[in-house]
Amino acid sequence: MSIATAFEIMLAAVLLGLGIWTIVVRETFSATVGFVAYGLLVALIWVRLDAADVALTEAAIGGGLSGVLLLGAAARLRDAEPMAEAAPGKLLRATAAALSVLTTATLAGTVLLLPDPAPSLAPASVANAWATGLSNPVTNVLMAFRAMDTMLEKVVLVLAIVGVWSLAPDSAWGGRPGPRHRADPYGVLAFLARLLSPVGIVVGIYVFWTGANHPGGAFQGGAILASMWLLATMAGLADAPPVSSRPLRLILVAGSGLFLIVGLAGLLFGAAFLSYAPALAKPLILGIEVAMVLTIATTLGLLLSGAPERSAEPWAP
Amino acid sequence: MSLVRDMISIAAVSAGAFFFLAGTVGLLRFPDTLTRLHALTKADNLGLGLVVLGLLPQADSLRDALKLVSIWLLGLLAGATVSQLIARAARQGGSIR
Amino acid sequence: MTEFLTAAVGFILAMLALGLVSILRGPGDADRVMATQLIGTGGIAALLLLGTVAGVPAAVDVALTLALLATFASIAFVKKGLSRFEADGTASTENE
Repeated sequence: MSIATAFEIMLAAVLLGLGIWTIVVRETFSATVGFVAYGLLVALIWVRLDAADVALTEAAIGGGLSGVLLLGAAARLRDAEPMAEAAPGKLLRATAAALSVLTTATLAGTVLLLPDPAPSLAPASVANAWATGLSNPVTNVLMAFRAMDTMLEKVVLVLAIVGVWSLAPDSAWGGRPGPRHRADPYGVLAFLARLLSPVGIVVGIYVFWTGANHPGGAFQGGAILASMWLLATMAGLADAPPVSSRPLRLILVAGSGLFLIVGLAGLLFGAAFLSYAPALAKPLILGIEVAMVLTIATTLGLLLSGAPERSAEPWAP
Repeated sequence: MSLVRDMISIAAVSAGAFFFLAGTVGLLRFPDTLTRLHALTKADNLGLGLVVLGLLPQADSLRDALKLVSIWLLGLLAGATVSQLIARAARQGGSIR
Repeated sequence: MTEFLTAAVGFILAMLALGLVSILRGPGDADRVMATQLIGTGGIAALLLLGTVAGVPAAVDVALTLALLATFASIAFVKKGLSRFEADGTASTENE
């Protein structure tokens, strides 16, 4: 057995152990911390499998936003835990266990029964990369070959923000989401936010820009930008904008809106909905991606901030 | 030339791995939160720094080398901030054992 | 060289697994967050080594992203976890 195989077995064993522990452990906070570490190990596995695009997404989402979201949720749940009902009954637990085993067995069976080599469209997508002028096959699939899926995903982001905002009480409607974070303006957190945010914005734009030809892209870049926004908010240096703000709403629909307009133009002047003229393909895709990165960063940041709960008046110290 | 580069890599990465060992053992063995924090920052700063130093000779281009160095600088910043935040929180929360 | 680097990733991964044990043990939440920080740094080191071994240059970008966001779990912990509950309503250090 080579060193590389031993390493892979070890990686898989640690990941499995951590996964099982995250489910079994009783304390919500420990489970959450375990899950954040789990995301990191999953990123390692994606790199091992040569799927750097996925690893980058896992790092950008799992490393920043979802950790903040889950730890916040765990803190809220801890408050509610003593009031929760007693443990569920035996029948309920047995049913849940049976369903979980069934799902796992189905997934394992499906993976094991795949023909070898598995069916793949990868060669076709690489062979047709000339049509867009971009050399990252993942970006080509997302922005050209399966552009419809990506456009609908951006619509889902808009729906998600509508869902979160609809939880606002009537009195706070149109106000600012989430609590106003206050921090010592000369404290550690404010210092970090001042130092890290500019670096993070550069890295976010780099990850987005490099996505045309190397692993990266609008979603990963947008997630990094959203994290930097969140950092400035948590450090009390910035405040979330009121949800009634018109420029904010325009940014929220810019990604899917521009995508739709380009798609319709393809229907009118070109071959089909979302077809790009070969000469214009690259500038069109980059233009849509610029709008998308703004939309994604703003939407993710607002999703993390939560429902509107304060008046739109700016906070005065 | 390549031999010298490999020697540097092996020496630095081994030293880095040692500091990760020290940090982990410290986290498991030290008696209270603040001493464990002390062990953690050694792994954060030196462990990552030495691994980065070991990989520098293997980098393909200047750009990759600069990226490696900035990863270490970001790691330093994170380590310094996090140790401050956790130490203060632990002190105020009274969870020092 | 490849064998050595692979062994080094394996070693650091073993350290990460031990670090997970200390998340399990606690005893306090602060110790658990520290373990996450150690696992984060170790994970970045492992990613860089693995990227060199496996010939995935983009692993450096993944590590850069992780290093950028390395402080987030601890900040979330300080802002929400501790300030609200363990400190019994006394605002945390950064919430003056």
